[in-house]
Amino acid sequence: MEPLAITWFVLIAVLWIGYLLLEGFDLGVGMRMLFASRDERERRVMLNTIGPVWDGNEVWLITAGAGTFAAFPEWYASLFSTLYVPLTLALVGLILRAVSIEWRGKVHTQRWRSAWTAGIGIGSLIAAFCVGAMLALTTLGLPIDGNGDRVGGPFVWFGWPAIVGGLAVVGFSLAHGSTFLALKADGSVRSRAAVFAERWSPACLVPAAIWAVWVQLEHGGNPLSWALVLLAVVGGAWGWVQARARREGLAFTGYAAFGLFGVAAIFAGVFPKVLPSTIDPAFDLTLMNASSSPYTLGVMTVITAVSLPIILGYQAWSYWVFRKRVTPGMIPDAHIVLPAILRDRDAARGVAPTA
Amino acid sequence: MEALDIARWQFGITTVYHFMLVPLTLGLGMAIAVMQSIWVRTGDEKFLRMVKFWGKLYLINFILGVATGLVQEFQFGMAWSEYSRFVGDVFGAPLALEGLLAFFAESTFLGIWIFGWGRLRKGLHLAALWCAVIGSWLSAYFIIVANSWMQHPVGVEMTAEGRPVMTDIWAVLTNNTAIAAFTHTIFGALIVAGMFLIGISWYHLWRRRHDGIDTTDASGRVIVGEVASVPGRDRTDHGVWLWSLRAGAVVAIVAFGGTALTGDWQGKLMYEQQPMKMASAEAACHTGSSFSVLSIGDPGTTDCRDVVTLIEIPGVLGFLGTGEWGADMPGITDLEPQYVNQYGETIPDDELYGSFAGTEVNYVPPMWVTYWGFRLMIGLGGITAFGALVALWLTRRGTVPSSPWIMRLAILGILAPFAGNIAGWIFTEIGRQPFVVAPNPDPSGIDGVFMFTAAAVSPGVTIGELLFSVITLTAVYAVLMVVEIFLLVKYVRGGVASAMPELAPRHDRGDDPGDRPDGERDDVLAFAY
Repeated sequence: MEPLAITWFVLIAVLWIGYLLLEGFDLGVGMRMLFASRDERERRVMLNTIGPVWDGNEVWLITAGAGTFAAFPEWYASLFSTLYVPLTLALVGLILRAVSIEWRGKVHTQRWRSAWTAGIGIGSLIAAFCVGAMLALTTLGLPIDGNGDRVGGPFVWFGWPAIVGGLAVVGFSLAHGSTFLALKADGSVRSRAAVFAERWSPACLVPAAIWAVWVQLEHGGNPLSWALVLLAVVGGAWGWVQARARREGLAFTGYAAFGLFGVAAIFAGVFPKVLPSTIDPAFDLTLMNASSSPYTLGVMTVITAVSLPIILGYQAWSYWVFRKRVTPGMIPDAHIVLPAILRDRDAARGVAPTA
Repeated sequence: MEALDIARWQFGITTVYHFMLVPLTLGLGMAIAVMQSIWVRTGDEKFLRMVKFWGKLYLINFILGVATGLVQEFQFGMAWSEYSRFVGDVFGAPLALEGLLAFFAESTFLGIWIFGWGRLRKGLHLAALWCAVIGSWLSAYFIIVANSWMQHPVGVEMTAEGRPVMTDIWAVLTNNTAIAAFTHTIFGALIVAGMFLIGISWYHLWRRRHDGIDTTDASGRVIVGEVASVPGRDRTDHGVWLWSLRAGAVVAIVAFGGTALTGDWQGKLMYEQQPMKMASAEAACHTGSSFSVLSIGDPGTTDCRDVVTLIEIPGVLGFLGTGEWGADMPGITDLEPQYVNQYGETIPDDELYGSFAGTEVNYVPPMWVTYWGFRLMIGLGGITAFGALVALWLTRRGTVPSSPWIMRLAILGILAPFAGNIAGWIFTEIGRQPFVVAPNPDPSGIDGVFMFTAAAVSPGVTIGELLFSVITLTAVYAVLMVVEIFLLVKYVRGGVASAMPELAPRHDRGDDPGDRPDGERDDVLAFAY
């Protein structure tokens, strides 16, 4: 087996881990804005915990997609065309979320804010579910023929793997986002998020655990992948213990470990396949038949090996710069934008221009 | 309608839309980085205000570019899976490099810049902006490298299975088509930024005169005033707009010169690499050296017999194509047999091509699109540069004329370079048809490295799915464009105070400040969502 193809299989897993761990809490915070905030100041505290970093986190998704294109064009082409509908929905969700975050605070009327709060929450929910479904399906299999094209209608992908995967990312994001808020916010947002993480996170993590075990059972598993499943479960359980003890940093670390080892277990379990066919194992897309040429993989490996540590460095620095908890007192007052026009009444009040 | 047609409309709509947002991001970002550099260097309050105000508009626009860029990253796989399979080995690399080397820096450092006011040292905060802007320019470079490979495939060889694999990344990255197109695009983006600065600044200078704040003396020279009742309408405010306007005009004029030089280079490369595209842009049916000023014919024609050239200038076309007056340039009627000879009379009779298998190929792109797209691009560029020159002249005495009509014209002028950019891209992409990867018939072309657009679409995707996505995306995009324009207008009308709450008197800032203890107020964020 081509070592460079294995390298890229690992790198794609790393990019997805980066995405799910970082954007996971952004999506969780977004979803929590729908149901876990009582007033405008709370919503702004929540939003500003992810404010400086969410856009950088989203680039992990773009790079995972583009990296798949460069390293495994067959995988990129087959997976995304087969999952045309859920991917379209995921993109609409991500678009909605992005503009909602940026535009929400630009006008200060109740209707405006409520509409964009819904945009952040619903956009996050749709994106998390659809991305989860896509990842579950690429690990559990899709009905593809020998050319990698879908056999069956636009909704043939819909079934238990899609549901479990969708719920897995939604649940993980909620648990991870709650511990993130407990760690990064202060006041009522912090305490409510901590209570949520304590009460609900085991239930939130169950679908992801089911998915990880399902992949092992489906593909036979191997000692490494089972060990990773075990590490994920231990990490999640440890995180929960820390959440109950209200040690917010450790709880966040525990859930991050759950995500890291969980995704690693799933990729290790499906290895060396990248997209199994549910029609005929002969149609499986694997490291061998889906990868780019050794030259392309080599070039991309060198550039990634140099740039990824730098990216991790400056992203870590951005978290360091904004390491302070966001307190309700840090939120500036709403700024009402009025047209810069000298009205007649101003002139009547005798504030005419002074030359 | 065939799936292919819907997929092409979708790609066209989403890409043109995306490229309405991107040039402003590219051009205005650079302008703001320069403004902030001047502020850090001189400490002149005027430049801080410029950074804050233009930065606010920049961010409102930036996010829609980011959001719609997501679609660009995934739709090759979704709707164009056969294309992705064919070219992935070489085409995926620049996209991945764009993520690794451009997008990460752009997004991360922009977040640092937005929230970093007052948290970072001035120099570091400025460096974050420069990293973000350079990131956005690099992203433009990488995506144009990918696009240019479709126009001029280089750095690959064909495998036994008939797929191009990359053999030379350096050749792909230094593709002459890419360097020409990237510089051309950057100059185009700077024109957009220049006209944006002119139009909006014009409105504010006009408003100041209209409100009686600024007046003129007998010689027409401005007498700058101020008024306390309108937030931000002080004497510095006048400098903000006048400097922005005149700098914008200089940028637009210089950048137009840049587009002319790089465009000329592109034209010469195109004659060499894609002669049919240039011939169709000229409606040049017969070999010759005359440049067509006006040709008319049946709209949508790809047939030379329907084209009548009314006005032409002898010799010019040869100069544009080769640098030599009167040199003969090949016309469509001579090129067509060459293409048929090299690439076949019909699309191969292979199931890959679906309903197009075995059908006759028309090698002439829709001429009215290429002909008028080309002229619209150049014409709008020229009008823009002329407008910028006039703007410089009219503002020589320190303010704008009091006429509301000229002000409206200046606002309208903002749209011209956007339209010019779009026309240029539509010309070059439609002009590549019927190929998605264009073969280069000259000796530098690599045998077999080309692909018909008809073969590129996803075989497994249904018409229903494509209709669903094109309708959904178009509807969402339309709504978001309305919101973007609403927000831009609102913040433009607010002037500098819309981006600097500290200019407004306390009671005007809204919210009730009394609901939190004073002890918590010491670390209020300079900016928060």
